[in-house]
Amino acid sequence: MSATTVEAKRHAPSAFGDDLRRFWNLTLMLAATDFKVRYFGSVLGYLWSLMRPLLFFGVLYTVFTQVFRFGKGIPHYPVYLLGSIVLWTFFIETTSGCVQCLLTREGLLRKMRFPRLVIPLAVALTALFNLGMNFVAVLAFALISGVELRWTWLELLPLAMLIASLAIGVGTLLSVLYVRFRDIQPIWEVVAQILFYGSPIIYVAAQYAAKGGERVEHVAVMLNPIATILTQVGHAFVDPSLPTAAAAAGGTARLLIPLAIIAAVFALGLWFFNREAPRIAENL
Amino acid sequence: MTSTASNPSAHAEAPRPSAPPAVVVRNVKKAFKLPHQQYHTLKERALHPFRKDTFDVLQAVDDVDFEIAEGEFFGIVGRNGSGKSTLLKCLAGIYDIDEGDLHVRGRLSPFIELGVGFNMDLTARDNVMINAIMLGLTRQQARERFDDIIAFAGLEDFLDLKLKNYSSGMTVRLAFSVAIQVDAEVILIDEVLAVGDAAFQQKCFDEFHRLKDAGRTILFVTHDMSSVERFCDRAVLLEKGRMIDLGEPAAIARRYHELNFGRTVHQLAEGDGEERFGDRSAEIVDAWFEDAAGARISELTHGKPCRVCMEARFHEPIEDPVFGFTLRNDVGATIFATSTDLSDVATGGFAAGETVVVRLAFDNVMTQSTYTVTPSIARAGLGADALDLRADLAKLVVHGGPWTGAVVNLPHTFAVQRA
Repeated sequence: MSATTVEAKRHAPSAFGDDLRRFWNLTLMLAATDFKVRYFGSVLGYLWSLMRPLLFFGVLYTVFTQVFRFGKGIPHYPVYLLGSIVLWTFFIETTSGCVQCLLTREGLLRKMRFPRLVIPLAVALTALFNLGMNFVAVLAFALISGVELRWTWLELLPLAMLIASLAIGVGTLLSVLYVRFRDIQPIWEVVAQILFYGSPIIYVAAQYAAKGGERVEHVAVMLNPIATILTQVGHAFVDPSLPTAAAAAGGTARLLIPLAIIAAVFALGLWFFNREAPRIAENL
Repeated sequence: MTSTASNPSAHAEAPRPSAPPAVVVRNVKKAFKLPHQQYHTLKERALHPFRKDTFDVLQAVDDVDFEIAEGEFFGIVGRNGSGKSTLLKCLAGIYDIDEGDLHVRGRLSPFIELGVGFNMDLTARDNVMINAIMLGLTRQQARERFDDIIAFAGLEDFLDLKLKNYSSGMTVRLAFSVAIQVDAEVILIDEVLAVGDAAFQQKCFDEFHRLKDAGRTILFVTHDMSSVERFCDRAVLLEKGRMIDLGEPAAIARRYHELNFGRTVHQLAEGDGEERFGDRSAEIVDAWFEDAAGARISELTHGKPCRVCMEARFHEPIEDPVFGFTLRNDVGATIFATSTDLSDVATGGFAAGETVVVRLAFDNVMTQSTYTVTPSIARAGLGADALDLRADLAKLVVHGGPWTGAVVNLPHTFAVQRA
């Protein structure tokens, strides 16, 4: 046995625990369990969670290209749409999943001592795994559609890390807030809707840029971190003629704002979670 | 150390001066705020922004202070709401404490409120693995312990059944089995004996002995004073969050009963203040319970035949002495009394220096509890002068049988007949 005979200085439950390896193992295990519980008993099981963004894509694609003739003139619009939906699905799966995650694990929280943060992180890990699986579909679709393989695809990795940090920051924040205020859930549903339409998912930053110019709301939209990430994904992954995040925001210096938001949300989420961790069990 | 036990008996402290304490609880306080009106939504808060949050403070654990030596079997007793579970949760690192200091040396395995946080949608197999890892084993170690855990719970045939299809007794058995099989140095056991059938209880008792022999430190919470007296080296009594006594289990058990029933229970024979009457011209040397085979016992399953016995020595010749037995339960109520006189048994004459063993055989209709016997010898005749009477000289723990809340369970048959 690894000598866990450490004299516990502070005995109360914490967010991080004192053993990084154990922290990681627990996160992995909880994510695996989550997976098992969720897909056990449904016929298509895991396929459903992969199908969801694809079906959503199918609906949006049909509506916006066949009915509204929306994507006209945008290179590889379907690839952009699918890619942004998959990234959005990851974000929403993590954040919405985190809202009630502490409550659903009440049994464990009230009976066991373990680093509390593993619960929301397990939610994020499951979503990240799904993102990876979905990305395979996006890749296949992109190559079939004739998107060119370029070195800039490597930018996807740091971009994915950025959206993951944002999702984890928001998720941890929501999860502890929910312990105190139960109407975080409907509030977050509304906020997520606003974010969905306030980010270039269905549309592309280029269209907006053409219409918006330097107006305040344009800048506001382009400075939301999700918009920045999706725009850069469009440029780096889908087609080089799509604007970069810097171009869409109107200057490289302005990118500091979304980056600062991501860093601040991430730090705030973890700080707040860490502060509340010792009392989660009794406040539930 | 401001508050040690209010009544530390001279022999109460465990005689282990060299062993470092496994658990240190220093002036621990824990309070809960109980709001008069629970605000759960932002709307409520927004509508009443200036309404003051009024709340009661419930001091669940109030200045509790003790040390537990390594390898000690330590009882925590108290009535409902006395703060036992809160204290345990603080010890288990589930709740934060407000004041004081808590140290636990080594890995700790909690079994609190009859569970270890199982997920009802998973199979026993998955749950055991998850919990074992949660309790600090590696995946490999968890796999190695798996068979032992299942075997102890006796659930080999239900491995792949989801827990929601388990009976509550099965779930508790599995949870307890996980908690004690993960090789933790310190084990918290909360009320495991309240559930489970007699066979499982017996298994638990055996396991307690094994854990004790293995040198594990055990914190044991229960309402069952007989098991406290049987297993614990020391015990603490809590009432309204405060520690009102710490010491030898028999004394703690007595105080516990006093709290519950507001009167003194007859002291057991081990105590100094033994109740004894009579002119001692005949002397009761010993009293004991034995099973049908004649072996001395301190515990017995409900329904089994047994005998209560006394050994007496005569110091002067006595003609037709009356031998009597009185059985009392744990709250001191007399549940059965008889004598050779009442049963029309002639005892004959005894010479000085002669010894005699008197046996009273009966089927054990008594329900789960602790019983004591008071043997007596009296001169024949209406006056019934006591020669010797020794109150509560021997003790018997009865387990098993249906839990009806009654003192006895008489042999019976039903007949339901329509008129």
